[in-house]
Amino acid sequence: MAREEISTGNELCSMAAIDAGARFFSGYPITPSSEVMHVASDLLPEVGGKFIQMEDEIAGICAALGASMTGVKSYTATSGPGISLKAEQIGFGFIAEIPLVIVNVMRGGPSTGLPTRVSQADIGQAQYPTHGDFASITLCAGSLTECYTQTVRAFNLAEKYMTPVFILLDETIGHMHGKAVIPDLAEVEASVVNRATFDGAPADYKPYDVPMNKPAVLNPMFKGYKYHITGLHHGYEGFPTEDAVQCEFNIERLVGKINTVAKENDGLDDLPDYEEYMMDDAEVCIIAYGSIGLGAYEAVNKLREQGIKAGMFRPILLWPSPAKKIAEIGVKFKDKIFITELNMGQYSKEIERIIKRDDFTTLLKANGRPIAPSEMVAKVKEMM
Amino acid sequence: MAFNYDKYLRVNKMPTLWCWGCGDGVILKATIRAIEKMGWDMNTEVCVVSGIGCSGRFSSYIDCNTVHTTHGRTIAYATGIKLANPKINVIVVAGDGDGLAIGGNHTIHGCRRNINLNFILINNFIYGLTNSQISPTTPQGMWCVSAQNGNIDPTFNVANLAIGAGASFVARESMIDPKKLEKVLVKGFEHKGFSFIEVLSNCHINLGRKNKMANAMENLNWIDSITVPKKKWDELPPEEQMNKLATGVLREVVQPEYTDMYEEVIKAAQGKRGKITQDDFVKKI
Repeated sequence: MAREEISTGNELCSMAAIDAGARFFSGYPITPSSEVMHVASDLLPEVGGKFIQMEDEIAGICAALGASMTGVKSYTATSGPGISLKAEQIGFGFIAEIPLVIVNVMRGGPSTGLPTRVSQADIGQAQYPTHGDFASITLCAGSLTECYTQTVRAFNLAEKYMTPVFILLDETIGHMHGKAVIPDLAEVEASVVNRATFDGAPADYKPYDVPMNKPAVLNPMFKGYKYHITGLHHGYEGFPTEDAVQCEFNIERLVGKINTVAKENDGLDDLPDYEEYMMDDAEVCIIAYGSIGLGAYEAVNKLREQGIKAGMFRPILLWPSPAKKIAEIGVKFKDKIFITELNMGQYSKEIERIIKRDDFTTLLKANGRPIAPSEMVAKVKEMM
Repeated sequence: MAFNYDKYLRVNKMPTLWCWGCGDGVILKATIRAIEKMGWDMNTEVCVVSGIGCSGRFSSYIDCNTVHTTHGRTIAYATGIKLANPKINVIVVAGDGDGLAIGGNHTIHGCRRNINLNFILINNFIYGLTNSQISPTTPQGMWCVSAQNGNIDPTFNVANLAIGAGASFVARESMIDPKKLEKVLVKGFEHKGFSFIEVLSNCHINLGRKNKMANAMENLNWIDSITVPKKKWDELPPEEQMNKLATGVLREVVQPEYTDMYEEVIKAAQGKRGKITQDDFVKKI
């Protein structure tokens, strides 16, 4: 069953968060993400949740991490400059294993850049948002519907893997207004994942005493399970340590609980990590994501009208990337791969890493303007 | 009967990492005695949040749900913890570098919001953990490793900042008299709203050594020489007031508390408050 909402990407994102069980938002205003905050301010108190506008971007994520570590599902929203400011706290989330959903509505950069214009230049930042070793989970919404469904998914992944999760929108998707077909609330609620808890005696509880590649088990606070959370390397009980064996285990586990698990299971959950459009008989593969994917559907259709069998591959789970599928595309399409993105080739580099070749064609733009289907069509025709 | 600190401590984490003669241990004990006076249940009612610096280790020694956050962000994390769990008593501990330099913005806004946090700012006038760099409270003219020819940075009056930013409870005490400190802490803990408690402490290792106070007693004597109880301070001529820090409760007023006000927001959003005009809402909070 499905329902229809007429709204914007940013608003759908906040609606999804609350439907997925979020009861806390803290953040700081920034274009083009502020509407995520506006809806949170409106809807959270309705369900008994809490909203707070903090004094800066850093405090915006700190308060959300603080609420989440006590057991309350939390999220924050920002754009590139805000992620830069939040960087250190994102690292705290990684090492202390605090679930958090971070919405990044991408605008042009670097620095203040192009605040009101579209960009996809935070793809690399989402992979490595802070110092140190860790693995990031990053989802990218390619439609209004996905602003909703992928936000729900982001919460579920955050709780399942005990880690901050990025959901990337770009300015176009975030501010796009239209009809979204979204799942019924009952269906969403049935899909909700909650973090694991330890039910044994409090004296036996060790939050970080978990096997390799498994996430920590952080019980809700103030229920008798007293433990310590720190951004320092820590032992099984959560207290600081500099023990070499322990520190190595910690880092291998932090990376492995996401990257190794995704590799072994071909993804992090049962949901699609990418979309394929007209790929069955395609002779040229367009790779696009986010709002550029919307233009690529039309480019595929136009090319087919003109006798060129085009198809599109649109990744949704950007990090860890759907490497197995990308490798298959590399083998199948050889040099007939066309990558288009709103940056100087950040995801193209990942494709190159996986297929181990750079004979693909790219159409890149970083001037704050979208890429029109006609531009894609013209470039693909040059290739053929 | 001797006070049983073990009930509140993570005994297996002893001895502390603090230097011999450090004031932090005295403050830790006074805090524990104040918690006992409040009768809080350590299993379900208390959260201790600390930042980075010597004071950052404070949280790991107290046996309750504790958080050792990043540098300067204690109040921001604690705000999330408190707003999400209004019934929990949150004690926040930060040093002068943590709470006033890198975290100054959060300190200001914590005071302004009047959220019910108990903020203990341990002021030892120096960055101790990183080995003696000037902090916002290092007196002008003192020698530090990052002021090798003497500190020219003006010192700032921390409690005045808290008062100016709107904290509804502001106090200053040194750790020289632990009983007095305990009383002030209890008052702060009892107060509903943001309690800003500046505790003056020694760092003879990293402040004293370079400034003719190489042992704890000399450092404490210096603190004693610059502090005056509020009543006496009020009577001092203005030029002398400038060189002394008043101790005791400096401000205590009843002001609407943030999480209480948020309950009004929830009522409004859930339609439980009936029709209410903007003017009425302002009166209500």
